[in-house]
Amino acid sequence: MTENILEAKHLKKYFQTPGGLLHAVDDVSFSIRRGETLGLVGESGCGKSTTGRVLLRLIEATEGEILFEGRDIRKLGKQQMRETRRRMQIVFQDPYSSLDPRFNIFECIEEPLRVNKVFKSRKEREERVFELMELVGLAPRLVNAYPHELDGGRRQRVGVARALALNPGFLVLDEPVSALDVSIQAQVLNLMEDLQERLNLTYLFISHDLSVVKHISDRIAVMYLGVVVEIGGYREIFENPLHPYTKALLSSVPIPRIDVRRERILLEGDVPSPVDPPAGCRFCQRCPRAAEICRTQPPPLRHAEEGHAAACHFIT
Amino acid sequence: MEKRETLLEIRDLRIEYVTAEATVYAVRGLDLSLEKGRTLGLVGETGAGKTTMAKGVMRLLPDPPARVSGGEIFFKGEDLLRAEEKTLRGIRGNNISMIFQDPMTSLNPVLTVGDQIAEGIILHQHKNRRQAMELAGDMLELVGIERTRLRDYPHQFSGGMKQRVVIAMALSCNPELLIADEPTTALDVTIQAQVLRLIKGLQEQYGTAMILITHDLGIVAEICDDVAIMYAGCIMEYGSKEAIFTDARHPYTRGLFGCIPDLYADQSELRPIKGLMPDPANLPQGCPFAPRCALAAERCRTEMPPPAEAAPGHMTRCFAPEALSAGKGAAS
Repeated sequence: MTENILEAKHLKKYFQTPGGLLHAVDDVSFSIRRGETLGLVGESGCGKSTTGRVLLRLIEATEGEILFEGRDIRKLGKQQMRETRRRMQIVFQDPYSSLDPRFNIFECIEEPLRVNKVFKSRKEREERVFELMELVGLAPRLVNAYPHELDGGRRQRVGVARALALNPGFLVLDEPVSALDVSIQAQVLNLMEDLQERLNLTYLFISHDLSVVKHISDRIAVMYLGVVVEIGGYREIFENPLHPYTKALLSSVPIPRIDVRRERILLEGDVPSPVDPPAGCRFCQRCPRAAEICRTQPPPLRHAEEGHAAACHFIT
Repeated sequence: MEKRETLLEIRDLRIEYVTAEATVYAVRGLDLSLEKGRTLGLVGETGAGKTTMAKGVMRLLPDPPARVSGGEIFFKGEDLLRAEEKTLRGIRGNNISMIFQDPMTSLNPVLTVGDQIAEGIILHQHKNRRQAMELAGDMLELVGIERTRLRDYPHQFSGGMKQRVVIAMALSCNPELLIADEPTTALDVTIQAQVLRLIKGLQEQYGTAMILITHDLGIVAEICDDVAIMYAGCIMEYGSKEAIFTDARHPYTRGLFGCIPDLYADQSELRPIKGLMPDPANLPQGCPFAPRCALAAERCRTEMPPPAEAAPGHMTRCFAPEALSAGKGAAS
């Protein structure tokens, strides 16, 4: 029996903009089991980062429930939320801008410990900082270095150490390797997998890079224009994609092999604006299969097989 | 193999950035040749010197701090490094065009896209404004944008469409050589697929040769004929796409392939290249990859391996015997 560490129910986040109501996240529901990695993929503006932030209440949802370890955290008061947030943390995309340039590495990693008054003495905090540095593979000699002196890979390790400082069980990883070169990216991905195993962590891994998501995820949710269009185990998503958008997305990824021949589904046009989106299926304007019903009725997320669901009228 | 005409030949190109604190050796003895109509993929990580090389060919590097300290760049027999500015102006945008990485910043925000496409046509093809606008409209249609949008400003276009405008601009004078510097890196994958197909189609239609600078081996697999792998200012391996993708010899090239998660196979773990790219202001003696290389021997730390032929047309810079002998080789 696997227990859900986090469950999002009918989550919505709308932003008021001069042009109208922007539907960044529009009725998204999913659950994450303890110890697994749920990959959240989609193109820019699909709402994946907003989803990650709403889950941690870094931005407040417009509607919906967020059950973390069984409790709806949207109902928690400030003090309770602060307590809860120790167990749910985030690693941001850009290690160049998410660290305070005036803090050295020690201070960067110490900050969450200090703010949350985890230890009584400085000595204990110090020990924990060095322990964390070792955990993420940062040499102790770097302790007095400043972020600008480190390369992107090491900076991201500092970001990971900060996120792990309070022993969280759940981490939102928001494009943690997108700013890194491939050789460094692989180092950080291996680190994340290793940490997950050692510390029994649960990840929501947000990325636009399908090959990275496939590599690291147990299950994958595909987002398009604020909605989850498909969710399932990584094998099902990659070997048997159901939604026309997932199919097109997969076929668009350039593969670094010359022995694989693929059918190319080339989508027309751009992602439409999330401000006052179309009434029916969000994908209908670009969908090769779109019919009349798609333009008027939004398709519900339907299970096609155990643990694999897609939101398309043509899936039975 | 049929003999094709060489369009661009670079010999022993050296480019440095000289500042008060340090000299950064960005390009160090680069040899490259490109035949008419071929597509060369130039692959490397951040700081490998790819963009510096491309801008060096276009003679667009700011001097100071950049300094071309040696080498020759022959374009159709003319040495661009010794050409006068006037000659260069006639070549840039006319015979050689460049597409930059970021379409958001390579367009002028206060001019309409029509004016920006027409500018090169007026300058190089001696057309009047009306004729140039007519041609600019044709170019827009060619890249899949309605000609009615000639009067729109860049901010009215999406990222993918802006890059199409940049492509229309680059191809407007029908150049013989197109240098595309990470043309799709700023775009989403479905848009990237559209733009790559467009570039490839237009290139085939007009027989344009292309240097495609990228860090993405997937894009190389898709549209290139030949591949050059660049590391710390040098080309470490060069060959046909088939040779590089099926018979990579250099430990760095092999390492790069090991770092990429495979969409078509299950891997338990990635095999990253250990360590970091060397600081180009403080390069190690010998082979620049030696500090990260599993096969590095004593000699690698003191001497730079010269380019050697692993197979006909397949060049690699490596002392390890595995890199040169056929069959199973380095670091796999």
